[in-house]
Amino acid sequence: MSKIFSKIWQTGTLTEAPPAAEEIETLGKEVKRAIEQRLSRSLAIRQVDAGSCNACELEIHALVNPYYDISRFGIHFVASPRHADLLLVTGPVSRHMETALRRTWRAMANPRFVIASGDCACNGGEFSGNYATCGGVSRVIPVDLHLTGCPPTPNDLMRGILALMRKEQPQ
Amino acid sequence: MSRFDWLPGFIATLAEERVAILHSDPNRLAPAHCLLLDAEDWGGGARVASASGFRWAGLWGDQIGDRLRIYTVLAHNGDYLVLMTEVSLQSPVLASHPPYFPAANRLERHLHDLLGVNFKEHPDARRWTRHCAWAEDVYPLRSDFPVGGNSTKQRSSDVGYPFERILGNGVNEIPLGPVHGDITEPGHFRFQAAGEEVLSLEARLGYTHKGIEKIAVGRDASGLARLAGRVSGDSTVAHTWAACMAMERAAGVDVPPRALHLRALFAECERIANHLNDIGGICNTVGFAFAQQQFGRLREQLLRTNLTAFGHRLLMDVIMPGGVYRDLPVQWESIITPQLSTLSRELEDLLDIIDDHSSLKDRLIDTGSLNAEMAQMLGVTGYVGKASGQDFDVRRDHGYAPYDGLEMQSPCRTQGDVAARLQIRADEIRASLNLIDRLIYSLPIGPIAADWPQSVHSSEGLAVVEGWRGEIISFIRFDEDGRVARFFPLDPSWFSLPALEHLVLGNNLPDFAICNKSVNISYSGQDL
Repeated sequence: MSKIFSKIWQTGTLTEAPPAAEEIETLGKEVKRAIEQRLSRSLAIRQVDAGSCNACELEIHALVNPYYDISRFGIHFVASPRHADLLLVTGPVSRHMETALRRTWRAMANPRFVIASGDCACNGGEFSGNYATCGGVSRVIPVDLHLTGCPPTPNDLMRGILALMRKEQPQ
Repeated sequence: MSRFDWLPGFIATLAEERVAILHSDPNRLAPAHCLLLDAEDWGGGARVASASGFRWAGLWGDQIGDRLRIYTVLAHNGDYLVLMTEVSLQSPVLASHPPYFPAANRLERHLHDLLGVNFKEHPDARRWTRHCAWAEDVYPLRSDFPVGGNSTKQRSSDVGYPFERILGNGVNEIPLGPVHGDITEPGHFRFQAAGEEVLSLEARLGYTHKGIEKIAVGRDASGLARLAGRVSGDSTVAHTWAACMAMERAAGVDVPPRALHLRALFAECERIANHLNDIGGICNTVGFAFAQQQFGRLREQLLRTNLTAFGHRLLMDVIMPGGVYRDLPVQWESIITPQLSTLSRELEDLLDIIDDHSSLKDRLIDTGSLNAEMAQMLGVTGYVGKASGQDFDVRRDHGYAPYDGLEMQSPCRTQGDVAARLQIRADEIRASLNLIDRLIYSLPIGPIAADWPQSVHSSEGLAVVEGWRGEIISFIRFDEDGRVARFFPLDPSWFSLPALEHLVLGNNLPDFAICNKSVNISYSGQDL
């Protein structure tokens, strides 16, 4: 155990050290304020890969690493769509995921938000206009915010969530 | 041992077994050797190859007018042999290879679903890549199938897929996916379990099928490189490199030595970043969150270095046909060198802590074991193979530039469990750090890209590279206008998925998460 504690001690708190983290900190605080106003201090995200190449998932995963650590702002990922406020969808929506995505969305309670994350989710990206894809999330379920990038970086994702929280409540 | 010294012996054995070789061609897909067989002898060729100890490494088809040309790749001591045959579009029937090579099972089903080749006496005639998005009797890769498909109306989900069931007292069936509880790719797993013990596991993929093979047709070289970089996002460097190498061989383009070194540098960075992610992930699945935070930290630092040095965190689109887009930054000594030395030091600290943690080791040792015999039969490469006694590395054994000029070390272990797969990753990170050091210090001076030729006529190319997950094969055919007529990227996930289904047997259900993480399949890479 002593080695673990010593490593943790040596590592310190990363979120304050690098210069890029200042931006994250500001962004995070804004997100937190928005979440406090809109969603009683917590935002639960259900992520669905609707045919992405898995690069988007890698960057979403990075949101929980010590540099970004989004859970400190009240944002967390949940397993069930029934617990989720936000559906974070990646990929062009392959036809084989179309039904699963729609069902996941239907399972969510109101108010519910949808972010289409990444170029593929926005308009099909590299995979638009072919027999196997729907060409974007908005062709299948209503989308509140489109977030471009291939893949969107953790900072982009944070900005996207903030932008969504500032938007009006969806009908 | 020289290249292909086994070939005359193999050809003689084929002749003894009355398998007729119509044509033997060392140049067509060089450095692989091509043998054209009669369609009647397709099964016979596989039988002889299986008896001669080949590894079955891949399969794809290509429509040429009213004929279908089928390619199978066999590997032997780092050499690649391609068996080819042709069948007519009207009656595309061939003998099936799984009776001799179990690894061929799903790729044959994929080829049937997309191109309509019927394999006689296939042990499993169920659909694989096709769900319900197109009808059973149409084949998307045929030239008469429109890119946009025949119908855009909503399709029902993949209902009625006949999973194999185990019936009996106390046996329960557990469906999992395609939408999982974690941030992960979509796939379906069907467990048959008795209490906690897994009796069988059957995977059902195809959910991320996005028509990659179809939309590759008609692209130019750089458009194809972009697409190849999105076959599997975590292997973007390796897939782009393989596709570019195949295109360069087809077009006869010589890549400048500096570009080759830089490609290898990107590939090793990609390997390290993914292995760091996996080591942390494996530890986290058994509740050792400390490791995930620490390895996640190291990974994030590396991704930031990638961004500063080469312009993209995951190194997407840094390789182009004929070379690379990004050169080593002039201030590399202040950007890359300190990062790598810190990484190297911290890695040892953390591995030491993992090694000290007996409760962690208790969960990893003897969990999800795959023995050497099974690994060989399933044809697995990469860390899954290397942890189970398959001492094979494309960089070392097949030898492609720039690795052929560097002394390559590749780790191999025999325990075959989750702990061994974790250790192999650690060994590979160490080897890659060492390689990066040598690649930078021996970086040749010169241009970083060759001009892409104005005209490339009807030609084919095949390339094999060692991605971080294992062997990646890429095939390209250009049409007479220099546009891509066929692209097939083969991800090692095709082979590690059956290995996962096997190695989880007899383990308890919750350990599936560790087994799965330790194998880490790319669904996107195999759904295409």
